[in-house]
Parts: sequence; structure tokens; C-alpha cells
Amino acid sequence: MSFFKKIKDKISGTNEAVAEKFKDGLTKTRDSFTSKVNDLVFRFRVVDEEFFEELEELLLQADVGFETVMELIDLLKEEVQRKNIKNTTGMQSLISEKLVEIYNSGEADTNELNIEEGRLNVILMVGVNGVGKTTTIGKMAARLKKEGKTVMLAAGDTFRAGAIDQLVVWGERTGVVVVRQAEGSDPAAVIFDAVKAAKKRNVDVLICDTAGRLQNKVNLMNELEKVHRVIGREIEGAPHEVLLALDATTGQNALIQAQTFNEVTNVTGIVLTKLDGTAKGGIVLAIRNKLDIPVKFVGLGEGIDDLQPFDPEKYVYGLFANGLEMEETDDHEAETEEDK
Amino acid sequence: MAFEGLAERLQVTMNKITGKGKINEADVKEMMREVRFALIEADVNLKVVKQFVKTVSERSVGQDVMKSLTPGQQVVKIVKDELTNLMGGEQNPIQFARKSPTVIMMVGLQGAGKTTTTGKLATVLRKKHNKKPLLVAADIYRPAAIQQLETLGKQITVPVFSMGTDQSPVEIARKAMEEAEREHHDVVIIDTAGRLHVDEELMQELKDIRELTNPDEVFLVVDAMTGQDAVNVAKSFDDTIGITGVILTKLDGDTRGGAALSIRTVTEKPIKFVGMGEKMDALEPFHPERMASRILGMGDVMSLIEKAQENVDEDKAKELEQKLRTQSFTLDDFLDQMQQVKKMGPLDEILKMMPGANKIKGLDNAKVDESQMGRVEAVIYSMTLAERENPEIINASRKKRIATGSGTSTQEVNRLLKQFEEMKKMVKQMTNMQQKGKKKGRMPGFDAFFK
Ligand SMILES: Nc1nc2c(ncn2[C@@H]2O[C@H](COP(=O)(O)OP(=O)(O)OP(=O)(O)O)[C@@H](O)[C@H]2O)c(=O)[nH]1
Ligand SMILES: Nc1nc2c(ncn2[C@@H]2O[C@H](COP(=O)(O)OP(=O)(O)OP(=O)(O)O)[C@@H](O)[C@H]2O)c(=O)[nH]1
Ligand SMILES: [Mg+2]
Ligand SMILES: [Mg+2]
Repeated sequence: MSFFKKIKDKISGTNEAVAEKFKDGLTKTRDSFTSKVNDLVFRFRVVDEEFFEELEELLLQADVGFETVMELIDLLKEEVQRKNIKNTTGMQSLISEKLVEIYNSGEADTNELNIEEGRLNVILMVGVNGVGKTTTIGKMAARLKKEGKTVMLAAGDTFRAGAIDQLVVWGERTGVVVVRQAEGSDPAAVIFDAVKAAKKRNVDVLICDTAGRLQNKVNLMNELEKVHRVIGREIEGAPHEVLLALDATTGQNALIQAQTFNEVTNVTGIVLTKLDGTAKGGIVLAIRNKLDIPVKFVGLGEGIDDLQPFDPEKYVYGLFANGLEMEETDDHEAETEEDK
Repeated sequence: MAFEGLAERLQVTMNKITGKGKINEADVKEMMREVRFALIEADVNLKVVKQFVKTVSERSVGQDVMKSLTPGQQVVKIVKDELTNLMGGEQNPIQFARKSPTVIMMVGLQGAGKTTTTGKLATVLRKKHNKKPLLVAADIYRPAAIQQLETLGKQITVPVFSMGTDQSPVEIARKAMEEAEREHHDVVIIDTAGRLHVDEELMQELKDIRELTNPDEVFLVVDAMTGQDAVNVAKSFDDTIGITGVILTKLDGDTRGGAALSIRTVTEKPIKFVGMGEKMDALEPFHPERMASRILGMGDVMSLIEKAQENVDEDKAKELEQKLRTQSFTLDDFLDQMQQVKKMGPLDEILKMMPGANKIKGLDNAKVDESQMGRVEAVIYSMTLAERENPEIINASRKKRIATGSGTSTQEVNRLLKQFEEMKKMVKQMTNMQQKGKKKGRMPGFDAFFK
């Protein structure tokens, strides 16, 4: 069965609405990316050095990053040689296949949150300034509540103006209790209190917000480490999830963010936010390629429902949806002839 | 410090070619391959990179360069010129209205730093321009956006105009203008909600506000960490509503900052300010030529001097300068200097502004530990006055005594003495360069680079 058919089956097998939502969010991405891939395939009928050069540029423009792009191009060249591929028909599917392969080359893990029944599960949200931590927490609380879990939020950002109020609004929207102290208080103390309160109230999931911090700020990273430690001291094995929020518009710095936050807090998953913009979010591939951190969710807007689980195949499907239609109709050759 | 990674990469590449007495097209090609790589890794937009590489290559293989006695240096100069071009020329100040109030609109993607920068800008306008700003809370969408601006307003004691979240942003802007008139505010800064450049409805809202308030400045606030998409965002905002300048935020991070170069090129709008932290005083005017110098490792002496002027005691500075010139700089002065420098801000940031600082081993990843300064002070305090005047007399037994006295080790004493020697050398180099710079009337530090 062809790769695209597999993906399509997979998607139609899952919740249609979700797939649509995911696709909608990626529409702009898909349009700008696939139309270029199409263009490439149409313009270059033969797979030659120039074809690869342009493909390389395309991927670089998607923020995939130099090393990963080179790796992908090498993989493709190998494949092209092995299969003795001469013309560009079917290159789209080969490209997608390899992109997914690169993504999956890490450990085969799921994007499921590590949440178990019968215990207090603690999720710690970390990341640089303004990437969408607080908003993601609101959306996630709504999701978990819908799954029937009891949720509590901890207002661990005591620094930024209005940060506590912002989380409180999300608490109201989702009908979830927010543990808070005054602005300027010690974040570790807030989190400590929140863990105590969550235990007492027997909630299923406690999600802790933290202030945005740039990863090169030693003091702030130490502060985060302390918050992390406090949670671990109160509950063995906690936090059960440390989610790093990454902004899809961020370029190569996202890789350094992932590296540094991982060193300090053992990141267990990534939430890729703002994928509803025109940014390609290609850095995900580089991060997955270099660090073994899976993307668990994607943010597709500012609304309460705009958080979806990440699935690499859907992601690539989103990027190459036109390729799918093309392979199905399979009249690409005819079209190019007509074009002339 | 932002741009650092790019700086390192480019300098390594440049160093390879600087000294060459003879170069051919292949050399230039090889160098430009590396430059391309460095720029892409720094998030400079690919199209901008291509154009840059093309221009530099063409100029570099020209006859006048190849035939010159110092072709390597010529090529490096071309890179510097073109890089400065990319960054834009002179510093570009805020445009004020002829007739008050001056209206400033803040626009940009979600989370870029608009609201924070609104507060910072008000601080600058009040402190440096003696203005009486009014902040306008026109973000009715993001949870607690109004509280955020109000909190900042309180912090800096600048009034905030808000009407809750039930009125439209256009209506809020209209009423704010009336309020400004009534209360005699000479600047109005409108904080708008973050939005995607492809969100037609919300972009229309910005157009409406622009039409209504006729702003003197429309600042696009951009996160310095933005990748390839920066040009699309900047271009859309510029095309749809028309921006007058850019403010680059989060430059206190370690991003390579390529977005800065791309945006300027694509929109031809100047970067007017850079955000250097979350606090209300962390906004600085952007000096393109200084930044280009810094990227190419020529240091940013101008900023260093300005920082010193703001923080250092005039008389003491004069005295110090005299001592530096006559080379009668002692450990006592060093101690004194250290206390002055502490006032200027984080030491590592300051050191990095010095020309050649990138060549000092370990400074690249130096997170200068301020508590370490305490130890240095202790060591100097344990010296006799004679020793401070004349460090040469410090022999092994004296070192031992000093170490014991300061609760440190002889290694630490040794290290300090060595550092002191190095610093003297560096200071000497710097003063030399400054004098030369004055004579020729151009950027100090230039010569050091082409040596
Ligand atoms: N378009 C879009 N906007 C988003 C998304 N996620 C968050 N945002 C917006 O991004 C902005 C910043 O989000 P926050 O949740 O405050 O980000 P944060 O990481 O908590 O920020 P700090 O706490 O200040 O570091 C807000 O305007 C959000 O509405 C997303 O997936 N898509
Ligand atoms: N380190 C650093 N953080 C900054 C800087 N400028 C803004 N921030 C932080 O970035 C985050 C987002 O800033 P905001 O001012 O809320 O951004 P905004 O553009 O108003 O966001 P929306 O209104 O949600 O679109 C906050 O955590 C700020 O403290 C800067 O120059 N340096
Ligand atoms: Mg937050
Ligand atoms: Mg805002």
C-alpha cells in the first residue's frame, strides 16, 4: 500500500473532526509549502543536482535547519540512486516518507501524556517568554476536564505583570481551581502550596505555570530547577510531565531552547504553539532528530479547543496534502504535457 | 548575548582570508559558502542570504580587489560594508508630531512583546524626552491583557486608558484620543492585541485604528528569535497597515538574530529600538553600524563609552584616563575601577563590547560570576599598599601571605595578577585605538581588525 494511502486510512480511521482541525490549522502552511513542492516537481522533470539544491532551499525556508536538511537530502539521494529514480514523479511521496522517517528515528514513543489514575499527576510547563505556556495550560485543562479528570492550576509565574490574572481567567473559563499567591512571591513556594492543596483535594492533575525565561539566564534557570526539585520532593517521580512550549515561528534558537531546558528540567515533551500562522514549524524535525524529545501537542489558535495531539504522519500530511490528491489522480505526467 | 553565534562563525571564516596575500575566485567561493552557512544558521532569510552572497561575491572578484596588495583585507571590508548595509545605516530616532499629541501604535504577532515594550517606551519617553505619555489598553482579546498594561502603568507611574473588553478597540482608541486632549498628554501609545498577519478581520481592525488616530509611528514588534517566517510577517504588516519602524525584542537571549537583518532588507524600515530584558528600563536605541561591528568582532566601543558616561563618576574617570595614558595604573585603581564597573551592569555584557574581547579565551562562555569579584577584592585588600602600587614585587612568600590573608589560594592570587597584566595590555590597546580613531575620524577599533 502506498505511503499516502496508509496515512489517509490512518486519518480517516481517527476522528474526522480532529483531522480537519489539524489540516485547517496547517492550511496556510500546506499551501505555501506544497505549492512550492509541486512547482518544483513540475519544473524539474528529472531528478538532478539542481532539483536537490532547490529542495534544500525549500526545507531551509521551513526552518528545518541545516544539518537535518543535509541529512534528509542525503537520504533522498541514496534512495533515488537505489531505486534508480529518474524523473520527479512520486518524489513528493518519497520526500514525505523520509521526513516522517527522520522524525520517527528516535525512540518509538507515543504522544500520550504520562497520566495515571489513582495518583496526583503533576505537569510542569516551561519555556521562553511569550511562547504560549499559560494559554496552553488553559487549553490542556479543558481537554483533561473533558476526559473526566479533576484538574488544578498553579500560578507559578509571579513575575510578569498580569500573569496571575491571565491564568485565573483561564481557570474561570475551564471551571478549574487556580492556586495563587501575590505577585512577586517565591514561585517555588507557590508550587509547594499548590502540590499540598492538590493532594488534599485529591485532584487527578495539577498543571504548574512558570514565568517565561530565556535559557541563557543562569539565575532564572536555577530558579526553575528549584521549582522542579520542590515538586520532586513532595511527590516521588514528579513532575510526571515537563512540557516545553516552543513557538513555531522561532528559528534555530528553538533547538538551543530544547537543549537547555532539557538539561535543567528533563523535558518529557514539546508543545509546538502558533502553528496556525504561516510559520512552517520545521524545527520540530531538527529537534526530534537531535534530541529524543517527542512533540506531544500542537497549538492551532488562541481558543480553548485549539490544542491537538501531535502525530508526525498527520503533520507531514498537512504539509503535503496536495501530494496526496496528486498521487490518487496520478495524471501529473499528462498535466505537464498539457501545460506546454 | 544575541548575535554572538553569528559573530563567532563569521570571524572564523574572515580570519582565514584576512591574511592572504593572494586570493582567487575559488577562495572567495569557499569563503562565501561558509558565510552562507553562517547566515542561514543565524536565521537570516534565505532570499536575503542569496542576495548578500551574490553582491559580496561580485564585488570581491573584481579586478581592483584581486590586484590589490591586501586582497584578503579588502574582501573582509566588503563583507563588513554589505553587512552594515543590511543592518541599515544610522540610528533612527522616534518621529514626534509637529502638533501634539504624538501617536504611537504597537502591532505584531502574539507574544512578541508589545505590551511590555509599550511600558518600556513610555519610560524612555518620559525620562529621556520629558514627555507625558498616555498608554491605551486596546487589546480586548487576550485574557488579562488590560490588567497587564495597568500593572505596568502603575510600576512606572504612567496613566493607562482602558474601557474594559466590551468596547471595540477602534472605539477605545477614539476615546483615548479625547482623553489625551483633555489631560494634555503629548504622547499616546496604543497597545494592540497580538494577531496573525493572515487574519484579515483583525488586520482590518488595525487599519481602522490607524486611519482614526493617524499615528506618527507604527512600530512592528518582532521577537528576535523569529526564523525564516519573519520576512513574511514583516512584509504583510507593512503592506497591509504600513509600519514606520521595527522594535526587536528579547535580544538579551542568545539568538543569532538573523531576523533583524532580513526584516530591514525586506521592509526597508529601520529597527529603532531593541528590547534587552523584561524590566521597564530594558529598551535601547538600535545602532546598526555598531551592531555590524560587534558581529564582525570589532567591538562596540561607542556603546561602552556611553554606558560608562551614564554610570561612572566623571572626575574619577578623568583621573583614571590619565593613569591609563601614563601607564601608572595600579591594583588599587583596579579595585576602584571594579567598583565603578559593577554599577554599569552585568560584567560579561560589558566585556563583550570591547574590541577583541571575543579573542579572550573563555570569555565567550563566561558567565562572569559577580561573587567572584568579591574574592578578587579580598585578595587586593590583603596586599600591602606597596604591593598594590607595584605588583612586580610580589614573590612566592608574599603570595602565600596574601592567599592566607584573603582566605583564597596562591593560584587565585596568581590568576588575579595575570589578569591584571592582561587587562593593562588590553586597556593600552584600547586607548591607542581611540586616539587613532579620533585622528582619522571614524569608528575606533577599525584598525585593530584590519591589522
Ligand atoms: N495564534 C496563536 N496564538 C497563540 C497560541 N498559543 C498562544 N497564543 C497567544 O500567544 C500569546 C502569548 O501566550 P501566553 O500563553 O501568554 O504565553 P506565555 O508563554 O505564557 O508567556 P509568558 O508567560 O509571558 O512567558 C497570547 O496572545 C496567546 O493568545 C497558538 O497556538 N496560536
Ligand atoms: N527577556 C525578554 N523578555 C521580553 C522582552 N520583551 C518582552 N518580553 C517578555 O515576553 C513575554 C511576552 O511579552 P508581552 O509584552 O506580553 O507580549 P505581547 O506582544 O504584548 O503579547 P500579546 O499581547 O499576547 O500578543 C513576556 O514574558 C515579556 O516579559 C525582552 O526584550 N527580553
Ligand atoms: Mg505565561
Ligand atoms: Mg499584549
